[in-house]
Amino acid sequence: MNRYPLWKYIFIAVALLLGGLYSLPNLFGESPAIQITTAKSAGNVDPALMGEVESLLKQEKLAYETIALEKNSIKVRFSDPDTQIKAKDLVANKLGSGYVVALNLLSRSPAWLQGIGALPMYLGLDLRGGVHFLLQVDMKAAIDKAVERYSGDIRSVLREKRIAYNGVSREGQSVQVKFKDAAELAKAENEIGKNFPDLTVKEAEGSNGDKLLVATLGLQAQKRIQDFALKQNITTLHNRVNELGVAEPIIQQQGLDRIVVQLPGVQDTAKAKEILGRTATLEIRLVDEDHPIPATKNDPVPFGDELYIERNGIPVLVKKQVVLTGEYITDASPGIEQQTGQSAVHVNLDGRGARIFKQVTRENVGKRMAILLVEKGLTEVITAPVIREEIGGGRVQITGMKNVQEATDVSLLLRAGALAAPMDIVEERTVGPSMGEENIKRGVHSTLWGFTAIAIMMILYYLVMGGISVLALGVNLLLLVAVLSLLQATLTLPGLAAIALTLGMAIDANVLINERIREELRNGNSPQAAIHAGYDRAFDTILDSNVTTLIVGIMLFSFGSGPVRGFAIVHVLGILTSMFSAVLVSRGIVNLVYGHRRKLTHVAIG
Amino acid sequence: MELFRIKHDIPFMSYGRLTTSISLVTFILAIFFLATKGLNFGVDFTGGTVMEVAYPHPADITKIRKSMDSIGLNEASVQNFGTSHDVLIRLPVKKGVTSAKLSESVLTALKKDDDAVTMRRIEFVGPQVGEELYDNGAMALLLVSLGIMGYLALRFEWRFAVSAIIANMHDVVIILGFFAFFQWEFNLTVLAAVLAVLGYSVNESVVVFDRVRENFRKMRKASVAEIIDNAITRTMSRTIITHAMTQTMVLSMLFFGGEVLHNFALALTIGILFGIYSSVLVASPIVMWLGISRDDLVKVEKKEAADATP
Repeated sequence: MNRYPLWKYIFIAVALLLGGLYSLPNLFGESPAIQITTAKSAGNVDPALMGEVESLLKQEKLAYETIALEKNSIKVRFSDPDTQIKAKDLVANKLGSGYVVALNLLSRSPAWLQGIGALPMYLGLDLRGGVHFLLQVDMKAAIDKAVERYSGDIRSVLREKRIAYNGVSREGQSVQVKFKDAAELAKAENEIGKNFPDLTVKEAEGSNGDKLLVATLGLQAQKRIQDFALKQNITTLHNRVNELGVAEPIIQQQGLDRIVVQLPGVQDTAKAKEILGRTATLEIRLVDEDHPIPATKNDPVPFGDELYIERNGIPVLVKKQVVLTGEYITDASPGIEQQTGQSAVHVNLDGRGARIFKQVTRENVGKRMAILLVEKGLTEVITAPVIREEIGGGRVQITGMKNVQEATDVSLLLRAGALAAPMDIVEERTVGPSMGEENIKRGVHSTLWGFTAIAIMMILYYLVMGGISVLALGVNLLLLVAVLSLLQATLTLPGLAAIALTLGMAIDANVLINERIREELRNGNSPQAAIHAGYDRAFDTILDSNVTTLIVGIMLFSFGSGPVRGFAIVHVLGILTSMFSAVLVSRGIVNLVYGHRRKLTHVAIG
Repeated sequence: MELFRIKHDIPFMSYGRLTTSISLVTFILAIFFLATKGLNFGVDFTGGTVMEVAYPHPADITKIRKSMDSIGLNEASVQNFGTSHDVLIRLPVKKGVTSAKLSESVLTALKKDDDAVTMRRIEFVGPQVGEELYDNGAMALLLVSLGIMGYLALRFEWRFAVSAIIANMHDVVIILGFFAFFQWEFNLTVLAAVLAVLGYSVNESVVVFDRVRENFRKMRKASVAEIIDNAITRTMSRTIITHAMTQTMVLSMLFFGGEVLHNFALALTIGILFGIYSSVLVASPIVMWLGISRDDLVKVEKKEAADATP
């Protein structure tokens, strides 16, 4: 009666094996490493670059453990953090701005383990140190900006169509146009409706008897503007974080108007904050082709010009006068030029921008125009294409891209150079690296000592059955660690606490079973029957109590935030693994120990 | 070893009035302290900035206070945290100053005094976020209670569900009462502990209720009080052993978990102690007073029996 069919033993053995395998990487620890990727998504790291890095490190006598070329990055491991930081500074200096050199921690587990997807648990910021920011995008400002732009656009349309108006102004989140004449108003209403389908136009009476047209943004348009602002801010943040050299940054939308930024392992938090808060602008200017480019650095730059190095390394003279700024760009996307099939970037300008652009291009056909990114006083020429013809309608095509990848990069830069709407940090959690290590130690120590104490008490109280319970509890810990590693769920300090607490609660199932067995024995049942009945009867209770705990865990996960969530996910997983280990595994061991004895006269249960 | 070999059922139900009145008194006291002293909410709920800094030598609190004053932060509270080397600085929400700037300026000021200072952690929560965390916490508490009640009503009977929730909410309120009385800081981690206690303490009630249901089937002639007494007596050993185990783990957290887990473990300790009491000595009398009878559970039993016999 206390025997399992073979398949159940095999099932348990496989589960244990997998559990052991996937929790194994956590034992190897992590070694400090640097990770080199290209700053552009276009470029690739190649064996040549790896050779370069290798010889650089050798030259400076910086000992490294391994160097490997992976998908998009080169990873170099070191034995200690000091060498790692020295190496990072060295490599970052030598490779220049084309590459991102980030500090990272890499698992020391052997390659075959990584091959089967066995990774150590993913540690949260409170355990590995780093910065967590919650940024709130100022959506009102984004809408205000859009409305401001519309008021400019309306003005230029009215002018173009020669409709007489008395003034255009932005009032809150609407545009008000004043008219003297009802006929002009009707014409304007028609034109605005035709040109700006996103706007809802209404007639109104002004305070001093003026005739008014009030244009407001439709709900859908507002939503689109907000979505766009959020997406663009995320893209911008991505670009900026790249500069920081963070190995595994997380930048995600949270809710409708918030962005989470998590930068693990960042030590210089001041710099991180500064870079995230930076504002960049985009400028379009004309290239001065009347003057020769100064031959040496000391030669004077012609009056009213500035000398820049283009991204491809060719110097270019650019006029100081700004034609357009990035504010006029509403969108930029990579594409293909129709005639030649070359990669190009499509840029959409708003009404005012389109008008200016049309005029400038008409006057400068055949000349070059430079697109510059200005960031913290540093100006970079992204590209300087030739103007082929007059461009109207606000749709600009920038050709001369080497490939699709470059087109994507440039359009990204055009879009992401600046923030679409201002942002505020509404939550910050920074944990220093030493604190992270200490937190791990604390969490592990509490679990370990607690576990040891429970093991001693259980064995003293229930003898062999207690020992089996402890084994089952150990299996629970093993499986829980394996599942956490496999799912790569973020483990935080409250998560570590949840591991400890879950173990403390999971022992309940075994106590229930053992108590039941004792009771059955006391009632005069044979040992085999007592074991059988004990497990059977206790199961209902175990199920009920675990389901209620599960309900709590799931609710915590859905409504909690931060630490509560980290606690909840481990708690829920721990309940699931404990059901398996406390019931199935412990029964399996009991069956192995007692099940095959025909004349069992005594169960060592104290 | 067997510590609890109890020959005769202990007449817990006859002490019902006493045990529930003890509960009621503690409960009212807890409410009283919550109302008069209030919870000492942490930065998670109130908004504001908390910074933890460490020195290689014992920190000079007065000097730190002075340098806080020098940069115009005289509302800052400065205190030792854990050891004499660690210092906790709390700054209330300040309008117009971003957290980034605030914590940086504090750190620069401290560095000027003593270069050896290191930043351990910074927590800043905006007032709006704090409010949301508060609302979410309350929401979680409500939904957890409803979820548990729903499950118990489904698995047992509404009387069990109601008494379990009353008993367990009473635990929660008492934990909160302790936090109010001692003015321990109440933050998100403590909230997680409180909610975990809710689940844990329901476990307790479920174990006893399970026995009560079983006894209704087995002990046909016994009175309701006898049935409950028997259920409690026979689960007593398990109750005490399990709690001892869980409490051991929690104590380990209290001793080894450091400052961050301290209040978490504290909330659990109180929760576990009162959890035993309330699930056994509060939930069960309430079930009895709500008028549970054999018919309520045996109806289900008959149906099951009919299904079982071919």
